[in-house]
Amino acid sequence: MTNEKIAKAFDTPNKKAFIAFITAGDPDADSSVKNILEIARAGADLIEIGIPFSDPTAEGVVIQEANIRALKGGITTDGVFEIVRRVREQSDVPLCFMTYANPVFHYGYDRFFTKCEELSVAGIIIPDMPYEEKGEMEPIANAHGVSVISMIAPTSESRIKKIAAEANGFIYVVSSMGVTGVRNEISTDLDTILGHIREVTDTPAAIGFGISTPEQAAKMAGVSDGAIVGSAIVRIVAKYGAEAAPHLYEYVRSMKEAVAGV
Amino acid sequence: MSKGRYGIHGGQYISETLMNELIRLEEAYEHYKKDPEFNAELQKLLNEYAGRPSLLYYAEKMTKDLGGAKIYLKREDLNHTGSHKINNVLGQALLAKRMGKTRLIAETGAGQHGVATATAAALLGMECEIFMGKEDTIRQALNVYRMELLGAKVNAVTTGTQTLKDAVNDAMREWSNRVEDTHYCLGSVMGPHPFPMIVRDFQSVISKEAREQILEAEGKLPAAVVACVGGGSNAMGAFYNFIEDKDVELIGCEAGGKGVDTPETAATISTGTLGIFHGMKSYFCQDEYGQIAPVYSISAGLDYPGIGPEHAYLHDIGRAQYVPITDEEAVQAFEYLSRTEGVIPAIESAHAVAQVIKIAKNYSPDQSIIVCISGRGDKDVAAIARYRGVDLHD
Repeated sequence: MTNEKIAKAFDTPNKKAFIAFITAGDPDADSSVKNILEIARAGADLIEIGIPFSDPTAEGVVIQEANIRALKGGITTDGVFEIVRRVREQSDVPLCFMTYANPVFHYGYDRFFTKCEELSVAGIIIPDMPYEEKGEMEPIANAHGVSVISMIAPTSESRIKKIAAEANGFIYVVSSMGVTGVRNEISTDLDTILGHIREVTDTPAAIGFGISTPEQAAKMAGVSDGAIVGSAIVRIVAKYGAEAAPHLYEYVRSMKEAVAGV
Repeated sequence: MSKGRYGIHGGQYISETLMNELIRLEEAYEHYKKDPEFNAELQKLLNEYAGRPSLLYYAEKMTKDLGGAKIYLKREDLNHTGSHKINNVLGQALLAKRMGKTRLIAETGAGQHGVATATAAALLGMECEIFMGKEDTIRQALNVYRMELLGAKVNAVTTGTQTLKDAVNDAMREWSNRVEDTHYCLGSVMGPHPFPMIVRDFQSVISKEAREQILEAEGKLPAAVVACVGGGSNAMGAFYNFIEDKDVELIGCEAGGKGVDTPETAATISTGTLGIFHGMKSYFCQDEYGQIAPVYSISAGLDYPGIGPEHAYLHDIGRAQYVPITDEEAVQAFEYLSRTEGVIPAIESAHAVAQVIKIAKNYSPDQSIIVCISGRGDKDVAAIARYRGVDLHD
């Protein structure tokens, strides 16, 4: 399946994308709409919107706490769709969802992806739905024009080619072991991983987990097709609450410039 | 459909970072379960260290008092470390060692599995870290100190409801952070494949022994086997070798908490719905948007919002039935067994005893019921005293 909306995100002058993640409903729906629009205005090529889950096992403390704040604030899956609807009134920025298997399964795959299609959400990232399990969901997502984004980890080794060959939209390369969160250093041999990916597909591959500074973003975009930043953005929301928008703008702009300058 | 399915349940819903490790674990298990040397070493540990076989004890006073089926207690409480958890832990620890791992991590609710894991780690010279909800470290403070005495580091988990599910979350996070030298010694028949299979196989020693013991004692199979169910490891172990014996009723007792009509319950089959969590498709207590519910039980070991996938399947096909037992019923059964037979059961196991108290009279004296006493109740004495409003002094 070719996904034109995602392809557009990587179709920048240097073919590198800056991808921003933000937890929906943190701290409330109004702030989320404002923050997403501001991140888009600052130049993010694609925005991942996190649908909060009570038990986000792939997340570090920063995004765990954002999930808790959002759920305490009363956000629901329908509330997240409403946030996206309001964003879509003002922006056609490429969007993906990131969440866990259960909220999507429980909502009903067909019902969920029908909404995604209506709101022009191009992809979905589900860390607890690996290659072996995606079959129950992917055909339904694809029928609604939504790509199921494949993840490749430092431990994927012999699995890389099999996953990459079937990948859709873009490939999410996990930079480090463990959970999401800001890291001082990324020591994984990403060149080798990207090399294996390139042998089997030209689907763009972006690197996430642990990236927070413009230098790191430039370095990661240098060895791949893009950099994904989550915890550093969520940390700004945690710090400034409902007043986060201008700070997000400034930060995303600096990150986008770093990636654009590669 | 992927591996490790029990009907529609099970599977491997886990992060890509852990997939190769799960594949390696399955391969290692399939190899060593057929290895005579591995099995001999495990059997030796089970017999000479853990104290197996465990007794099948005829509870004569209880039988007379209840008036009906003959009641037999499968005494897993007499195992070293005081519960059935050691059966699985010794198996997994030996397997991990064969895989070249030097460190064990585990979640624990009541602390029984944490103590068993810390024990095996001490015995086999492995490093050990236990994840335990902060709420549970308070409810089960004695077990925290036991684990520390055994050389383990205990991490109090402060996220979410600060109970068993949050301990599993953090143990999974830690495993994905450090998988190279670390084995996650999962304590129940849950999580992604191959864990439900491995834990069930190691726990099936309970029903293997019990089946032989009851045939020896009664000359025929029991009418029913009763066990408590959180994730479901002692129940799966107690049921497994009776599954093909279609006339043997299999009854799992869930934690009803303050009642299945209240939100303060952990009875998954009674109140849960189909979902995907902690690596498996199964039944979970959750809200209308699939957010996992903050469950409750007086028993830290049953205070879990899900149930193992094989139990979910046995429920679906009607082979086993699952019934809720309230806190109050469990506490009464705890006191009853203590007074009547001089056996203080774990509050978890007391849920199974409570069901036997309810149903024994429905059977005739030539029938028998086996109830799995999965653990001993020393750890619960302070909590029961609190429940009864008794002020214990040091």
